[in-house]
Amino acid sequence: MSADPQDDPRYREAQAQRLLAAWKTPTGWRYWSAVNNTEVGLWYTAAAFLFFLFAGVLALMMRAQLAVPENELLSAGFYNQIFTLHGTVMMFLFAVPIFEAISILLLPQMLGCRDMPFPRLSAYGFWSFVIGGVFVCGSIFFDAAPRSGWFMYPPLSTQFEEGLGPDIWMLGLSFIEVAAIAAAVELIVGVLKCRPPGMQINLIPLYSWYVLVVAGMILFAFPPLIAGDLLFELERAADWPFFDPSRGGDPLLWQHLFWIFGHPEVYIIFLPAIALVAMIVPTFARTPVVGYSWIVLAAVGTGFISFGLWVHHMFTTGLPSISLGFFSAASEAVAIPTGVQIFCFIATVLAGRLVRAVPMLFVAGALAIFVFGGLTGVMVALAPFDFQAHDTYFVVAHLHYVLIGGMLFPVVGGLYYYFPAVMSKKLSDRLGRVAFWLMFIGFNVAFLPMHLSGLRGMPRRVFTYPGDIGLDGLNLISTIGAFVLAAGLALVTWDLVRPKRRQEYSPRNPWNAGTLEWIGQMPDPPWGVRSIPVVRSRYPLWDQPDLMRDVDEGRFYLPDAVEGKREALITSTIDATPVQCIRLPGPTWLTPLAAVFTGGVFILSTYHLYWWAVASGVLAAAVILVWLWTGTAPVPEKRDKDVGLGLRLPLYLSGSQSVGWWAMFITMIADMTGYAGLVFGYFFYWTVGDDFPTDPAAGPGVLWPSVAAALLLAAWVCMLLARRWNARSARGGLYVALATAMALSAAGSGALLAAPWITGMDPVSHVYPAIVWVLVIWTAAHVLIGMIMQGYCLARAWAGRLTAEYDIDIRNVVLYWHFLAITVAVTVTVIAGFPLVV
Amino acid sequence: MHANGPPETEDTLWMLIVGPIIWAVHFLLCYITAAIWCAKVVAPVGSLGGARTAVGVYTVLALVGIGISIVKAYRQHTFGEATLPHDYDTAADRHRFIGYATLLLSSLSFVATAYVGAVAWFIGDCA
Repeated sequence: MSADPQDDPRYREAQAQRLLAAWKTPTGWRYWSAVNNTEVGLWYTAAAFLFFLFAGVLALMMRAQLAVPENELLSAGFYNQIFTLHGTVMMFLFAVPIFEAISILLLPQMLGCRDMPFPRLSAYGFWSFVIGGVFVCGSIFFDAAPRSGWFMYPPLSTQFEEGLGPDIWMLGLSFIEVAAIAAAVELIVGVLKCRPPGMQINLIPLYSWYVLVVAGMILFAFPPLIAGDLLFELERAADWPFFDPSRGGDPLLWQHLFWIFGHPEVYIIFLPAIALVAMIVPTFARTPVVGYSWIVLAAVGTGFISFGLWVHHMFTTGLPSISLGFFSAASEAVAIPTGVQIFCFIATVLAGRLVRAVPMLFVAGALAIFVFGGLTGVMVALAPFDFQAHDTYFVVAHLHYVLIGGMLFPVVGGLYYYFPAVMSKKLSDRLGRVAFWLMFIGFNVAFLPMHLSGLRGMPRRVFTYPGDIGLDGLNLISTIGAFVLAAGLALVTWDLVRPKRRQEYSPRNPWNAGTLEWIGQMPDPPWGVRSIPVVRSRYPLWDQPDLMRDVDEGRFYLPDAVEGKREALITSTIDATPVQCIRLPGPTWLTPLAAVFTGGVFILSTYHLYWWAVASGVLAAAVILVWLWTGTAPVPEKRDKDVGLGLRLPLYLSGSQSVGWWAMFITMIADMTGYAGLVFGYFFYWTVGDDFPTDPAAGPGVLWPSVAAALLLAAWVCMLLARRWNARSARGGLYVALATAMALSAAGSGALLAAPWITGMDPVSHVYPAIVWVLVIWTAAHVLIGMIMQGYCLARAWAGRLTAEYDIDIRNVVLYWHFLAITVAVTVTVIAGFPLVV
Repeated sequence: MHANGPPETEDTLWMLIVGPIIWAVHFLLCYITAAIWCAKVVAPVGSLGGARTAVGVYTVLALVGIGISIVKAYRQHTFGEATLPHDYDTAADRHRFIGYATLLLSSLSFVATAYVGAVAWFIGDCA
């Protein structure tokens, strides 16, 4: 008789059946209530790809219009809508979301984790993305699309564009940015806390390094744009003069906020795609990547330096030359890490024995195109050259070389590479090769001539041009190339969607890769991984003999689902030591419902239906509260459980050990960045304006802000007491502290709003009262959310779901209040203190 | 002799980004100092004077800080007796890896900080 029950095939089969039951994908119409990463990731990828095809068609329309001079195919107004939407959709609905999509789909597989730590958050992000995306794209069918270019510069977009176009842009995209931040939270926690046991930080797949960096970048890049959107929408809807110089505003603030987002965004797009290259190259070179640490350097270094580049989009705005110099220097410095990773890939190919395959073809094409685009990037990073090339087709050529080489080609290569891992069948090698050459040749024919048309003076965004000034031939060639490129992409699309029922399943690990995402069976059951392995190498499938067999036979962690629940391991950040067995939520309609109502807030506001928007917001909050109440931090039926290999792990951890605490921390980092964008705005107006704060200062005075600060900081202290009393099981103290904190919060936010109100600050009159009001409203809105959290804790305690042992709720809420205390202190110091010192 | 490295709790990922954070702080300080100088002190055109000195001081301080990070990282990278690529599943190799990655990132930050600081060397006024 065997000592190990896993030796018994019948026992293993019973385990497998229980696992399958726990991870079963809902069928029929309930399929759309799924939250598992394999479903949500797939929908996400498909949706992003559809938006890409839509934006591609818009591009072809533009090229058709520009094929010959003085063309009358499209009107100027319609052309403006098309180029605006082309850029917007490609950037916001394809390039960034495809990263989130692919990561949600593949990251858990790479980490041998059964799902992301917050599956419902992924689903919420996906539904938000689809709703926002359809709303923005749909506008063109009603002749209502935005027309001021994808970066929406005021005053063109605020004062000279009629209709709802800019509002659709602002509100639709703000909504999508929220989805991006949700994905970032999910991915950071996923990489840091959901690794397989043994996968120390020096062994993690390079893809996860990139994910970590990019998700971190999203936290710092997207919120300033959300802050900018807020100012923009307040100007559009309520005439607050943030970008109107006649009342102290300045359109350049928008450019700053937009490009603090916009430049890192280029790297947010590029790095995940190059991460795919980092996974593909070692597989086909049959050797571990050369210079793993150097690639980590490249990913992290690029992530940082890319934040020092934003002004290189603003070289012609008249900033002091020393400022241009700083940004030019950083723009040159970023070329170092960007180049390093490319040398690593080339070295890997040289060190190994290269196997020819379609994904490698796309990688090679990507590197060729990207290097070319990178070199023209070094050119335009030099301010004097940029003065000449700014706003010409040279820049159009440069950015397409960077984005198509740095992002589209690797992503298509990634599709060919990872298709079997997701769909269990391979794409066609023959179609792939033909598609590659069509795309590669078509791309260069389309975009290489644009360098020349740009240098000959063709400006961006013109719907037509006069003949016989040296642009006719170049434009015609570009148009022909664009259609050849499109033919290649059509072929890729056909290969993706063509019926494959009769095609055989791919063999397991079809490319002989070394990384964990290839451990799955073909077809792969929905459990993610049969048992969660112990990883000892960067390329476990190459270096750990029998790994696949042992995983299949359930010889590692969590091979069973005895309680019928979805379970995964939480591990420590550096060494991936298992610390917790986490229960993950299953399918639900709450997340799509929450997304619909959240979308309602943004979409109804676009049409100035503010009361309906508020109603939608209340419904969204209600659904989210139900979701939190029923689905998060459940109190387990027992303290710990056996997860296999003789290890017992707790089912519940709180404070900084819990993934929820990390999610709150990361979310609040993003929140503080958005807030910092607004504070930056305040001081920006001070530097550019002679009359800021207005003299004599119109308010808000010192009294009311100080009262507000005292009350709100007292509320924060009450929260600290509530946490302490909860830990000591002093129920009465907990209730009193929470109730007092709520009362203080209400009074404090009232006092804060009273400050500009009582001093009669009119936000329409000048930018100074307007920015003070914005800081006050931002802070008060956060206090309101803090009060909802306090009420939630009260209710949880009342219901017996918040106790000294099970205290995730109060610990996370106190963490929120730490950040809120900082926000309050800064707001009051700025609005009340700064007018005193200048 | 050093088969085992220090425990997990003694290593931190924050170390990786010390250099880049110093770069970022230096960059922001340079930008803000120059922006305020040119907008409020000598507006709209005039000599950078004191702002250049300030940038010089920031740069020296930043480079010293990054230098310290480089030295610490180099020691960590050469901990025990092992060579690259630090890809074993041991505490020692994890420790060395974090040191080496920090060394690379700090070196990049050193170069990038010097680039930014050098701008004040060449540009003397707010034009």
